[in-house]
Amino acid sequence: MTDARAPRDNILSLSGVTLRFGGLLAVNGMTMAVPRGGIVGLIGPNGAGKTTAFNVITGFYKPTSGYVEFSHAPGESSRITGLPPHRVCEAGIARTFQNIRIFGNETALQNVMVGAYVRQRGAWWMNMFSFAFPAAAREEREIADNAVSLLERLGLEKYALAQASSLPYGAQRRLEIARALATRPSFLLLDEPAAGMNPQESADLLNFIRRLRDEFSLSILLIEHDMKVVMGVCEHIWVLDQGELIANGAPADIKANPRVIEAYLGKEAAHA
Amino acid sequence: MSTLPENKNPVRDNAMTVVATALLAAFLWWAEGHLDGYKIRIINLIAINAILGLSLNLIYGMAGMFSLGHAGFMAIGAYVSALLILTPEQKTAMWILDPIAPWLTGIHAPFLVSLLAAGLLAALFGWLVALPVLRLGGDYLGIATLGFSEIIRILITNLTPITNGPLGLKGIPSHTSLWMSYGCLIAALACVARLMRSNFGNVIRAVRDDEIAAKTMGINTYSTRVLAFTMGCFGGGVGGALMGNLITTIDPKMFMITQTYSLLMIIVVGGLGSITGSVVGSILVTTMLEWLRFVENPVTIGSLEIPGIPGMRMVIFSVLLIAVIIFRREGIMGMSEFSWDRLFSYRNRVTRGGGAS
Amino acid sequence: MNLNLFMQHFINALGLGSLYGLIAIGYTMVYGILRLINFAHGDIFMLGAYFVFFATIQYKLPWALGLAIAVVGATLCGLLVDRIAYRPLRDAPRISALISAIGVSFFIENISIVIFSGMPRPVVQPPSLMQAFSLGGVRLVPLALMVPAISFVLVAALLWMVYRTKPGLAMRSISYDIETTRLMGVSVDRIIALTFAIGSALAAVAGIMWALRYPRVEPLMGIMPGFKAFIAAVFGGIGSIPGAMLGGLSLGFVEIMSVAFFPNLSGFKDAFAFILLIAILLIKPTGLMGEKLEDKI
Repeated sequence: MTDARAPRDNILSLSGVTLRFGGLLAVNGMTMAVPRGGIVGLIGPNGAGKTTAFNVITGFYKPTSGYVEFSHAPGESSRITGLPPHRVCEAGIARTFQNIRIFGNETALQNVMVGAYVRQRGAWWMNMFSFAFPAAAREEREIADNAVSLLERLGLEKYALAQASSLPYGAQRRLEIARALATRPSFLLLDEPAAGMNPQESADLLNFIRRLRDEFSLSILLIEHDMKVVMGVCEHIWVLDQGELIANGAPADIKANPRVIEAYLGKEAAHA
Repeated sequence: MSTLPENKNPVRDNAMTVVATALLAAFLWWAEGHLDGYKIRIINLIAINAILGLSLNLIYGMAGMFSLGHAGFMAIGAYVSALLILTPEQKTAMWILDPIAPWLTGIHAPFLVSLLAAGLLAALFGWLVALPVLRLGGDYLGIATLGFSEIIRILITNLTPITNGPLGLKGIPSHTSLWMSYGCLIAALACVARLMRSNFGNVIRAVRDDEIAAKTMGINTYSTRVLAFTMGCFGGGVGGALMGNLITTIDPKMFMITQTYSLLMIIVVGGLGSITGSVVGSILVTTMLEWLRFVENPVTIGSLEIPGIPGMRMVIFSVLLIAVIIFRREGIMGMSEFSWDRLFSYRNRVTRGGGAS
Repeated sequence: MNLNLFMQHFINALGLGSLYGLIAIGYTMVYGILRLINFAHGDIFMLGAYFVFFATIQYKLPWALGLAIAVVGATLCGLLVDRIAYRPLRDAPRISALISAIGVSFFIENISIVIFSGMPRPVVQPPSLMQAFSLGGVRLVPLALMVPAISFVLVAALLWMVYRTKPGLAMRSISYDIETTRLMGVSVDRIIALTFAIGSALAAVAGIMWALRYPRVEPLMGIMPGFKAFIAAVFGGIGSIPGAMLGGLSLGFVEIMSVAFFPNLSGFKDAFAFILLIAILLIKPTGLMGEKLEDKI
């Protein structure tokens, strides 16, 4: 948002993204943008197509029509539509999942190290015979060191050597974020980060998300049902209903928007 | 950086490894001089089965690909090695059904070269199989690899000019000594352990645990699996070659699905995903299979003669396999590994899940 | 090749294909519900053949009684397999059940070698089924026509059961969502047992007809037809009963016709099925009539 040359510097923009599953229109003509450095919310009732939109952005689904553009750094931009998920990650997009997906049999540290693999230059056979390739060995040591400091920054250091599936729920969620950060993204997608948290934890989450943005110079797009979190942290909100964007604006505007209320609560509530 | 899982006592551990290797060498030296041929053969077989189990465990336990094709890759290794070390005279004398392919008669190579060629050709076939088949997931992979293994066997049975067909190959020089098989085992253990300890090892396990999450982390899961599968096939080829050189006779019937089942038994008993488990499983299953031969042989106690029951060995074997999978699914080692640290400090068990320690 | 000879091959392919189809139904139903490849299914087929052999040839029982014994016996074995080896593993990772299935298959094969001996035994075909007659110039035996006819009748009855009766509805609903079906008060274990029973009974019928047509029995006779029938189930689209039959027929035709037209390929006959499997998995992994199973992200 500091780049003065571009009037609107968007890190991610969707243009007319449509996805059909057979006869079902999961996402219809979705056009939206996320400004660089922003924290943007994507909300909507269950089944509105929010996670599907995430899956399109991260390459798990190829849209039937439309495209996604990603700008890793100001002034450059490329279409990522149709790239497989691992290439999307390479481009600088990381995400978490609604139902946590950690590598349960590995330690927390190993989870984070796996995240760093995408930026690792040394080939697997070099690290297998690390005694012959000192540069590769040094790189791998650095990866481990960085992983440890990432865990420390997210308050997970005491779990470093614990099996990931044995971590408490909240720690697993943070581990998923730590792992995503290890891929060195410029854009982070959070799928329901507050799910399963108590009020105190969700309140802490607000500061945590802002801290992530500032410390790791990220742009963040998040899906969330907890309205306190959404309204508290998002600078801009998009509302999805039955595959279509029905509104967008600042939190205060969204709160007052009758179409949004209707989508969430039904017609009667909107007119009451 | 204090929490890094550094080796706490590298000098002691290295010393222990040297001592253990020396003890193994001393045992092999003693065994070679004092044990009879049958016992030496079983000790050899333990090492070969450990190599084979380890390679299947790499594919299945560590990378999570349910493959039932290992017998086929063993067959390729065994035939490649045998065809390379048999002399031209032996070859011309052996092919009765069809004359041998002329180009094949002259090819000859020393044993170690044949071993390497066996591994490489099995790996090449494995790679060719993996490219299409690993696009599938889960159960289909098992049945498709089983299919490939059967196709390889059918090809070997029918390509008589190259393989001597159903008659198989006889008189293979017996190169598999204790030193050879245990040398190969130690090399295989070192390679797999180093691989699984590197960050790429973490990646392989990650692909097994959650493929979708791994993709999101920027990992090309397909090429990772193809690579792990190909490496496992290399091990299968080398193991098959060692086996052929131990038994000195090979034929297509040796490489039926049963062969894959016993390897599966080894890694299920030992622990899917554990290097240590592959060795422990091989020791247990190999000795058990030999020991169970007594139920198939007639036993004479005094004047009482108990007739042997052919096939009973495999009945007990299969009951044990079912029992292990129902009552102790994780096998003996689970996914954990042996380390000196563990052995010395029972209390310090934070490094469960293995790998980084 | 003249038309008569072709018709001969055609009838053979129809017979072999419908036998594959009958076995394939057991695979496809169990897989559709439990996502489990029941490796022991081919061995249930073998047991069906052995039971009829012992009942009618060894103990000289009348054919009707022998058939009943074989079908009931094999069905009981199928139920026992589910109870002992699969049910304890319902909540385990699917791969554990698969290994258990391999263990059971291995067990049945080897216990059969112990009990029946590994030697193949000839089956005496009832002469009435073997009296050759001529139909428009094509020489036939009644057995060759009976095999596809019985198979089709059984499949039609099964389809009626699955689509028109309450247990059939429960089966379809379990394959759609097992947890919800359990919550609706359906005794899931009982319906799964019924599935195993039906599959095993059909496999036993196939085993009996197989023993009559290729007149011998041996303990390992179930392995290859079992694998091929599973391939047929995948080819037709796993989970689909008509698909299993269609897959079985396709496989039967590919096998008979390729050997008929290219006799020097007969040594590779068993490889065709596996090549077909790999081809269909690459081109259309859902099979001819299957539905796509999505991974949930």
